[in-house]
Amino acid sequence: MSAPSEVVVDLALAREHGLTEEEYGRILEILGRVPTFPELGIFSVMWSEHCSYKSSKRYLRELPTEGEQVLQGPGEGAGVVAIGDGLAVIFKIESHNHPSFIEPKQGAATGVGGILRDIFSMGARPIASLDSLRFGPLEDPRQRHLLRGVVDGIGGYGNAVGVATVGGETGFHECYRGNILVNAFNLGLVEADRFWKGSASGVGNPVIYVGSKTGRDGIHGASLLASAEFDDAAEAKRPTVQVGDPFAEKCLIEACLEVMRSGALVGIQDMGAAGLTCSSFEMASRAGTGIEMDLDLVPQRESGMTPYELLLSESQERMLLVAKQGGEAVVREIFERWDLDVAVVGRVTGDGRMRIRWHGKTVVEIPVDPVAENAPVLDRPAREPADLRARQALDLAGVPVESDPAGALEALLDSPNLGSKAWIYRQYDQLVQGNTVLGPGGDAALVRVKREDGTPTQKALALSVDCNPRWCWLDPYEGTVAAVAESARNVACTGARPLALTNCLNFGNPEKPEIMWQFAEATRGLGDAARALGTPVISGNVSFYNETAGRPIHPTPTIAMVGLLEPWERHAVSHFPEAGLAILLLGETREELGGSEWLAVRRGLEAGAPPRVDLAHEARLGALLVEAVREGLVVTAHDVSAGGLAVALAECGFTGPRGVRIGADVSLAEGLRVDALLFGESTGRVIVATREAERLIAAAAAHGVPAARIGTTGGARLRIAGEAGAPLIDAELAALEAIWVRAIPRRVEED
Amino acid sequence: MFAVIQFPGSNDDRDMQFALKAVLGAPAALVWHKTPELPPDTQGVLLPGGFSYGDYLRCGAMARFSPIMAAVKRFADAGGLVLGTCNGFQVLCEAGLLPGVLMRNRDLHFVCEFVHVRVDRSDTAFTSRTRPGQVLRLPVKHGEGCYVAPPNVLSELEAKRQIVLRYCAADGTVTPEANPNGALANVAGVVNERGNVFGLMPHPEHAVEGAIGGTDGALLLRSMIDSAQRTPR
Repeated sequence: MSAPSEVVVDLALAREHGLTEEEYGRILEILGRVPTFPELGIFSVMWSEHCSYKSSKRYLRELPTEGEQVLQGPGEGAGVVAIGDGLAVIFKIESHNHPSFIEPKQGAATGVGGILRDIFSMGARPIASLDSLRFGPLEDPRQRHLLRGVVDGIGGYGNAVGVATVGGETGFHECYRGNILVNAFNLGLVEADRFWKGSASGVGNPVIYVGSKTGRDGIHGASLLASAEFDDAAEAKRPTVQVGDPFAEKCLIEACLEVMRSGALVGIQDMGAAGLTCSSFEMASRAGTGIEMDLDLVPQRESGMTPYELLLSESQERMLLVAKQGGEAVVREIFERWDLDVAVVGRVTGDGRMRIRWHGKTVVEIPVDPVAENAPVLDRPAREPADLRARQALDLAGVPVESDPAGALEALLDSPNLGSKAWIYRQYDQLVQGNTVLGPGGDAALVRVKREDGTPTQKALALSVDCNPRWCWLDPYEGTVAAVAESARNVACTGARPLALTNCLNFGNPEKPEIMWQFAEATRGLGDAARALGTPVISGNVSFYNETAGRPIHPTPTIAMVGLLEPWERHAVSHFPEAGLAILLLGETREELGGSEWLAVRRGLEAGAPPRVDLAHEARLGALLVEAVREGLVVTAHDVSAGGLAVALAECGFTGPRGVRIGADVSLAEGLRVDALLFGESTGRVIVATREAERLIAAAAAHGVPAARIGTTGGARLRIAGEAGAPLIDAELAALEAIWVRAIPRRVEED
Repeated sequence: MFAVIQFPGSNDDRDMQFALKAVLGAPAALVWHKTPELPPDTQGVLLPGGFSYGDYLRCGAMARFSPIMAAVKRFADAGGLVLGTCNGFQVLCEAGLLPGVLMRNRDLHFVCEFVHVRVDRSDTAFTSRTRPGQVLRLPVKHGEGCYVAPPNVLSELEAKRQIVLRYCAADGTVTPEANPNGALANVAGVVNERGNVFGLMPHPEHAVEGAIGGTDGALLLRSMIDSAQRTPR
């Protein structure tokens, strides 16, 4: 084979590419010779942490991925779940953390673009997006810049591409100051027997490149940017960030969905991480075939690109298709009509090899399977952090009891973690496609399902994304169980039955045993909770190396849950819509202040064991909510989470989608310290407003869920009293809402 | 038949078709922008929201050169009813079918929320189902919805009662706080002098079903359907 360039490949160069000596040895063994420079580039991306999951694979294998509703589990671009009547949903969440820190607007925008392509490349029309964002404290001007840029990027891309952003979550903590998190979720709708896989089958079939032209952007995004720690030199990695074009993506969506209906298609895959390389290897590997490709045929944005650059570019809005022989003209007509590039770049072969030519020479010849499927699997050492017990130690007797509950409530509502996120989601189109029953700002979003031909159905999907990273830092197992439980509870609060989940596991450097231990514990919790709640893990993404200058983020296993509600008109809301409703508390309040927002905001402490989750109780609570909403017993259902009961009651009263603000008169059984009663974060609790308190209490008893009538809706004030009738909190709701509404704007608009 | 024009980058095209056809029972079809002529049985034209051509040069600036726009102009010149929402409003301004221009929002952010608009004229082809002074609750979602026109044009619009919708508080009072984008005179929707071309920033097609956004948008679309049926072409 002739050398494509002057570059001499050796171990030192392999190391610069992030490969270990052992991995380099394996490459020599597979090839029986020294790799060419582009071949080295291919191995380095395919075996990068980002593409190969080499540190996480052995843990991910333990997750429950099957269920009668699951049509496709992890392994494809995204997972597929049946929702009945011949329909299915395809969904996934993915990180774009490092690019967003370096260049927030483009990083976040291309995060949205990438996850959309994972969905529509499987044949689904994307119908709803969520995002989960984490930043450092907003007092830092850089964090404000990052927040503004990320929101601008998500909105700029999602709005233009015509997919509603219907919900999400945003949190702030010191640990994200040097490494923000941007996790983007998308869900699409498809006919259950019509979803596509990324498979290059059929020897002789044409391999077709469609979408935008290839440029020099994003080279080594996956291997160098996503698979290494950050340091002060991160700025120098700006060229590894890609630039998004939502207009091209919008056209690509329509053209791809059209080509899938044309009968000319065999397989299709997004050119995402590692671009042309990853997509072609994965497609050939799944089909047990090979591919022959000529790089001179690839549409190029700039001249003089080398094979290395062409193979590793992460230019956006590109897809690789395999068509039936003779189907080229059909494919060409569709993409040209949408003014997109289309080029036959190669053929499927039967010899299991990837053979790539450039300027008449073969520059890559590698057996497919050893690269795609036999990537290294590591069993990295894992060790409990030495200070874990100290983190968890919290003697409440030494923590002064809250003396000013009303002041504490105001302080919590002003915390950016709990304050209104309207400043963020107002910048997102929440309505396009006309299906948004419940948008952002509640427990879960609710999206009505219309068929591709526009026929409305009785189905709606409930979507929620959740994680409490402080809890995960204190106890990664319990914290992850709690994230799964909370996302399921949020979905059930609308009346929907949780179906399945996807996850984005954001962690520090896996080469550190303490991080690996966090990861092992978190995935163990994820598996246990998903099994207990009957919600399999159908897709996901692992993001390691989230640390800067040796300081890791809190473990942040973001969970996105999808549920089904039918008929959708029967749903609960998360606000009080009227006065005179009975307020019930489902679940039990215990003396649990460990890891609470109150403890952090009012006492400056992040310590203790997070609240325990009783998964059996969560399953019963979920079943009760689904049944009670269906029976029409529930008007309002709102999860009690960060900030506890007082914050949850205030949120129920704040101005809802119907434009009304409704106070509440509540009396609580005491027996706990007042701060645990008002602000403790015991899990498994939901505030419910109902016109039929007796029937609901009876239904709760039948399900074995504790339920207590605690008050009545109405008035302009939030009054919470103890048993004896002594007021603990008595505040004007409008004043509380003003604080809550300003929590983020007053910090962001400082500049 | 109502023709919903589909530009590359249109987003609310299918929603508009759904609102007209599935919800309001009027025949509606998507018409590709490269088509040189409108279908012969066209009773009304709708330019939907979205980001035609990515809004890259200036909102609506590219779409006005699409082949279909010459046909839309001829249709309007002949008295046909044309309604543009959001990006469609921007296209109508760029094409010279409506006066004024839509600039970036006052606070430079995209804004998506439900707003109130007051109907200042119910004697147009697009508002016949409303009462004068009626307050409608409709969603807006745009980054460039700040209506601007030179002072003489604006006073002419006022004098000729071409300002049909204005942003207002829930009680109908026109206030700066109720204005989501900084539009001059709180303009949310304007009609041409002849009264057959209407542009508005709010999205009536996203307010046609009670449980999804309310039904105030249906009042505007039904008015247009009524008017089109009264004036057969």
